[in-house]
Amino acid sequence: MKKKIVSMICALSLIASMLTGCGGTSSGTADKSGKTLTVFNYSEYLDPEMLEQFTKETGIEIKYEEATTPEELYTKYKSGGIDYDLICTSDYMVKRLIDEGETQKIDFNSMNNVSNIGKEYWDISKAIDPENTYSLPYFWGTIGILYDKTKVNGPIDSWDVLFNGEYAGQFIMQDSMRDTFMITLKYLGYSLNTTDENEIREAADLLMKQKPDVEAYLVDEARDEVVAGNAAMAVVYSGEAFLGNLYNPDLEYVIPKEGSNVWIDSWVMTKNCSNTEAAQKFLDYLCRPDVAMANFEYIYYSTPNEAVVKDMDPEIKANPAVVPTPESISGCEVCTQNDPVTTELYNTLWKELKAE
Amino acid sequence: MNRNRYRLLSIPYVIWVIGFTLIPILFILIRALTDDGGAFTLTNIVAIFSPLHRKALIMSLCLAFISTLICIILAYPVALILRGSRIKKKNIILFILILPMWMNFILRILAMQMLISNNGIINHILELAGLSPMNIINTPRAIVLGMVYDYLPYMLLPVLNSILSIPEDVIEAAKDLGSDKFHVLTRIIIPLSLTGVGSGITMVFVPSMTEFVIANILGGGKIQLLGNIIEQEFTVSMNWNLGSGLSVSLMAFVLITSFIFGRNNESTATGITI
Repeated sequence: MKKKIVSMICALSLIASMLTGCGGTSSGTADKSGKTLTVFNYSEYLDPEMLEQFTKETGIEIKYEEATTPEELYTKYKSGGIDYDLICTSDYMVKRLIDEGETQKIDFNSMNNVSNIGKEYWDISKAIDPENTYSLPYFWGTIGILYDKTKVNGPIDSWDVLFNGEYAGQFIMQDSMRDTFMITLKYLGYSLNTTDENEIREAADLLMKQKPDVEAYLVDEARDEVVAGNAAMAVVYSGEAFLGNLYNPDLEYVIPKEGSNVWIDSWVMTKNCSNTEAAQKFLDYLCRPDVAMANFEYIYYSTPNEAVVKDMDPEIKANPAVVPTPESISGCEVCTQNDPVTTELYNTLWKELKAE
Repeated sequence: MNRNRYRLLSIPYVIWVIGFTLIPILFILIRALTDDGGAFTLTNIVAIFSPLHRKALIMSLCLAFISTLICIILAYPVALILRGSRIKKKNIILFILILPMWMNFILRILAMQMLISNNGIINHILELAGLSPMNIINTPRAIVLGMVYDYLPYMLLPVLNSILSIPEDVIEAAKDLGSDKFHVLTRIIIPLSLTGVGSGITMVFVPSMTEFVIANILGGGKIQLLGNIIEQEFTVSMNWNLGSGLSVSLMAFVLITSFIFGRNNESTATGITI
């Protein structure tokens, strides 16, 4: 009996330690001596060699942590197991962190290379950081249509092709609530951040009508289906479009004239970052043309760094998936977090659409 | 003393069950029975009967039922044939049938997607043969195909096990007493193998009911199963309470169905009970 109790206690304490201690591993607390920075980023979103080079140049060691989605990143940050100094995440999550008071102001005046970031990107960034004080743009992109030139009648420039039945059964939509609604709202001429119930319901009705024509709703496979020739076109992120182009030169990417979503991933400095000098040094380092170029050539998303755009391979520069023309993004908006009532409406309408 | 020492062997199992079964189920139950403010509510559980969720539930039940039925139809004759064959061949055939299980299941589903897509290999062959291409990808049929492909071994193994374990003497006796082949099958083999079929049904039906990955990939996101709704509640909608409530209701449905199919299982020949 006694042994039984002992073994139960052992088991329970082990589980308790598993439940509470998951974050408390080696990469824990930041070194206060100013020699260590804890950096939190999406996976595969930075050339690892650039981290080593930074340590070599400055003697500051980087502890690098990764996540795959904004939600995962947020949950990991909030669980508090690790003291992060710098975080790179997507627009709406940046806004959330700023709104929740989790960030501190960055002293951009002390950073020499920040001037490489083009003015228009600071303007785009104002949607999430109105005074451009908390966040530094890192990469950005758009959502548009990737299509196979050989399978369409003439060039495509409007979302209309997804709704007029011309390509019924030949196009792929994003299996993502906000992105799919965004397209429809933009097509109808509304803002993608609208909270007007009637406008959102009108978009849902249109999506419902569109569903029989949709070949599939996919996320990661959308690009592959166009590359493989199973679909004539797909709604994709610009980074995916660039990669698709590498496999199949017949593919074109277009940001429809009605406008679209422009997304931006930015760096923020957490409120707990004690060594702000080192953190700013790192951000400045990321804006340095050679480092920004190395990171660009590692990821091939659109870069806000004008020095990189200037020195880019002309062929890549001509690709609208990498460097969109200013006109094409003039009608684009940044997606911001919805209020709970609108979110609930979106969820219900999305479920209705998928269940139809 | 000795008995106590054997008991120590159960510690890993106890830890496992507590940590990965009991505590998670407890968390899910707590979330299912509360709203986001933490107050007690039954809405999340009852939500399964709302028209939207009911539709997905019926779709899940139908597809799981059809997949299970196809698995039985495919597995049972194979098991009978294997019983009649010589030992050496049996192992090879069994090995070939089980082989796909060694491959990651997502990979297998992606491969299936390549095969049956509109421009896929199967349609190419059909076209070369002068036949009209079939349109199966992104329909419920594709999901059934994927589930059968993935879960067939789980049906085959228990069925085969129970059929192989019927003693030859019993069949000889039946023959001696004047049974023809048909009656040996219907009166002896089928009744004696029902336990294995029951286990097989449980092992195919339960994962089919809760499936959402196959539905996403082969269904093209156009067919909504209950598993997809639960996934959406946890990821996109961030409504963990509703997601948990639906999970609990789904668990209840799974339990009921397994109970109906699996009740003859008490004296199981396979060691797999529910």
